[in-house]
Amino acid sequence: MSQLAATSFPADLVPQAPEDPLFGLMAAYRADPFEKKIDLGIGAYRDDNAKPWVLPVVKKADAILRDDPTVNHEYLPIAGLPAFTSAAAKLILGANSAAISDKRVHSIQTISGTGAVHLGALFLSKFYPGKPTVYFSNPTWANHNQIFSNVHLPIATYPYFSKATKGLDFTGMKRAISDAPNHSIILLHACAHNPTGVDPTQEQWKELAILLREKSHFPFFDCAYQGFASGDLAKDAWAVRYFVEQGFELCIAQSFAKNFGLYGERAGCFHFVTSAGAEAQKTISRIGSQLAILQRSEISNPPAYGARIASLILNDEALFKEWEANLRTMSGRIIDMRKALRSKLEELGTPGTWNHITDQIGMFSFTGLSEKQVLELRDVAHVYMTKNGRISMAGLNTGNVEYFAKAVDRYVQVTILQLEVYMRGLFSRYHPEADLCSSSSTVLQKLLLTYLILRELANPNSFLVSLEKRRNFNK
Amino acid sequence: MSQFASLTEATPDAAFVLIEAYKADLSPLKVDLSPGFYRGEDARPWILPSVQKAKQALLKDPTADHEHLPILGHAGLLDSAQKLVFDATSEDASTIASIQTIAGTGANHLGALFLAKASRPQTVWISDPSWINHTEIWQLVDNEIERRIYPYFDKQSFTIDVEGTISTLQSKAREGDVVVLHGCAHNPTGLDFSKDQWKAIANVCEEKRLIPFFDLAYQGFATGDLAEDAWSIRYFFRNTSLEMLVAQSFSKNFGLYGERVGALHVVCRTEGTRSKILNVLKRLSRAEITTPPINGAKIVAKVLGDKDLKQQWQNDLLHMSDRMSSMRERLVDALRKRQTPGSWDHILTDIGMFSMTGLQPDQIRALKEEYHVYLLPSGRVSMTGLTENNVEYVAEAVHKVVLAAKPQ
Repeated sequence: MSQLAATSFPADLVPQAPEDPLFGLMAAYRADPFEKKIDLGIGAYRDDNAKPWVLPVVKKADAILRDDPTVNHEYLPIAGLPAFTSAAAKLILGANSAAISDKRVHSIQTISGTGAVHLGALFLSKFYPGKPTVYFSNPTWANHNQIFSNVHLPIATYPYFSKATKGLDFTGMKRAISDAPNHSIILLHACAHNPTGVDPTQEQWKELAILLREKSHFPFFDCAYQGFASGDLAKDAWAVRYFVEQGFELCIAQSFAKNFGLYGERAGCFHFVTSAGAEAQKTISRIGSQLAILQRSEISNPPAYGARIASLILNDEALFKEWEANLRTMSGRIIDMRKALRSKLEELGTPGTWNHITDQIGMFSFTGLSEKQVLELRDVAHVYMTKNGRISMAGLNTGNVEYFAKAVDRYVQVTILQLEVYMRGLFSRYHPEADLCSSSSTVLQKLLLTYLILRELANPNSFLVSLEKRRNFNK
Repeated sequence: MSQFASLTEATPDAAFVLIEAYKADLSPLKVDLSPGFYRGEDARPWILPSVQKAKQALLKDPTADHEHLPILGHAGLLDSAQKLVFDATSEDASTIASIQTIAGTGANHLGALFLAKASRPQTVWISDPSWINHTEIWQLVDNEIERRIYPYFDKQSFTIDVEGTISTLQSKAREGDVVVLHGCAHNPTGLDFSKDQWKAIANVCEEKRLIPFFDLAYQGFATGDLAEDAWSIRYFFRNTSLEMLVAQSFSKNFGLYGERVGALHVVCRTEGTRSKILNVLKRLSRAEITTPPINGAKIVAKVLGDKDLKQQWQNDLLHMSDRMSSMRERLVDALRKRQTPGSWDHILTDIGMFSMTGLQPDQIRALKEEYHVYLLPSGRVSMTGLTENNVEYVAEAVHKVVLAAKPQ
């Protein structure tokens, strides 16, 4: 064999890439031998025994399909299984949606939610006039960034999460959307925002609609949790339906991974809705034809199995009702865990306010912890969450919620204690003779101590560097 | 006012349009010879017995759920897939970066995306003719990468113009260019290079430092012999130092079309490249699909991982390829019997599902409109649509349109 020539894949084009954060976290969790370890990382539902849960209605549908002699493995049409896509449209838009009866909706089956966001991004990158920037919330689902960047759309963020309130930074959000150039693309989470769990109220959505209309922005809804968030399908779809009713031209990426538990089967749908008008049907037909070309050139046609299951359930009255009950089971358990966690922390008297845990909605909660703090909790308490401080409520159950609450409590208490010790140490460097415990220490000295504490609280990294040094010293 | 008011209507994919037209055709005589999927002797879809058995076996697994696969896909599938294509040992596996894809289309697409990013080829060479979608796939991935054709099909003689292939690549291809090659059962011509011709192609690729990108959609389906159908790829793998890609589809050879089972393999020849390539593939795939679908992957992995099921599968492959061969014989017999003008002998030696008929557009239209016999506009005929019941009718229809054609 001849001597190897240089590779076609040089290091500057194929560098050592960082491990995917989410799937890397899973590997670390699996490798951890600690008995009481808790996985609050992955965004898949787990039952009270921390096991994956195949929805009973999905098991039923599977059995029905198995016994159906007409079911085979033939290709679906490019746009997917028609019974599935039409039911999917009704699900998100409402069975009585004017957009559907006006025939100004185009639906195409995709590789779950990721595939839908990707197809939408690809379509917009090619056909949206001008060079639009896509705005998404800070923070957002980790994958949004990569999906839009890979199709060469410029991206930007709008403020979303307020660290102070652990709720929505509505003012910041509105300002950024208002400052964005007209005709920008605004990515919105339909419900159960990932990763924060913070959703706008209906009043806030109405304000956003007014703002987006003023700016002629294009709404791109990412809907991964319909029914899963509140247990009520219509309620979770309210924002999307409102925008459609308000006459927006918009698109929707719809995932069936969580609400049907069909994760790996990759069932999803992309919907494009155009505004009412004489040309609407022609426009939507042209859009559909272009989407088909894009789909054909990447996957040809979508996978059949997951769509068949979902379609069967969505189109059968009895199975649909059963599905709604399964949804309430899942969302109910999540809500119970939120309540349990909050009440335990309040019971323990853990410093801080914990109402955000029950104010937030859906699978995720944003703790507000920094990356360093997240890694500390992992080392110290064997609690695993993503580096942005997001926890998955689905990972909590009656068996571990107490342990988790205690771990958080311990961590917060220890942190404050360490902070105090550190502050005293820092203070005594400047005032070695002072005795802070003595009632004779001046108001000025106490004010200085308070100032130093507040300054450090505002700069967690510098404190934690010191904490780590302290830890290593103690080892 | 829509942002998309000035959007143009796209021309729909010809193959899919025909499928719809055929569905809508009410003639009891209709015969669909256009699409590239297998049909049994009853002209209906055929679920392979090995697939049926695998599904039943999988049912018994109490741990089955619908959780995500890893980003790379089903580990068992990838392992078996590598062995199937390359006859890979565990040592070989360390030189192959493999990822599960959305069937063959997904593998072609991801491979193109990978190459656009990782090696930045100036040109991608595609056979004339080729599967229509090759051009579309590369155009969408990166329009800046020039798409050029290399001579392949000699329309006059129904043979491969291998001199044309080699001389074009020799004189016009530049280092780092990608060459799309069909592993076996060339689509649409059914004409494959001989082993010696493959060796010559391999030499050109090595000399010019080209990147071969094999499209393998018919392994086992072509001749019924898995090793024979993968001979070209295995030759390149073992006997060259070329970095090469393989887009592997399980649609036809497992009859799992709509489940979208496939894999992309990147053969790395340099130490340390494999893990880097896997990371790039993962990142690209994560941003488009996150993870590939499990249902079909489980079935293929089950069959390939079980001695008895694999044996059954090989019987199923023989069954399908034998039926193709016998339909070829029946069609040529029927045409010869009628002494239909034209050269039809190549249909006996063509490999796989397809043959080019050399029929002209007006003849193809007549076949469809007057006789309800559907061929692709290119004149490609798919043997899968032929049965004992319709082969005489098809021959008669072809005979009539050929005779009705204006003399050349």
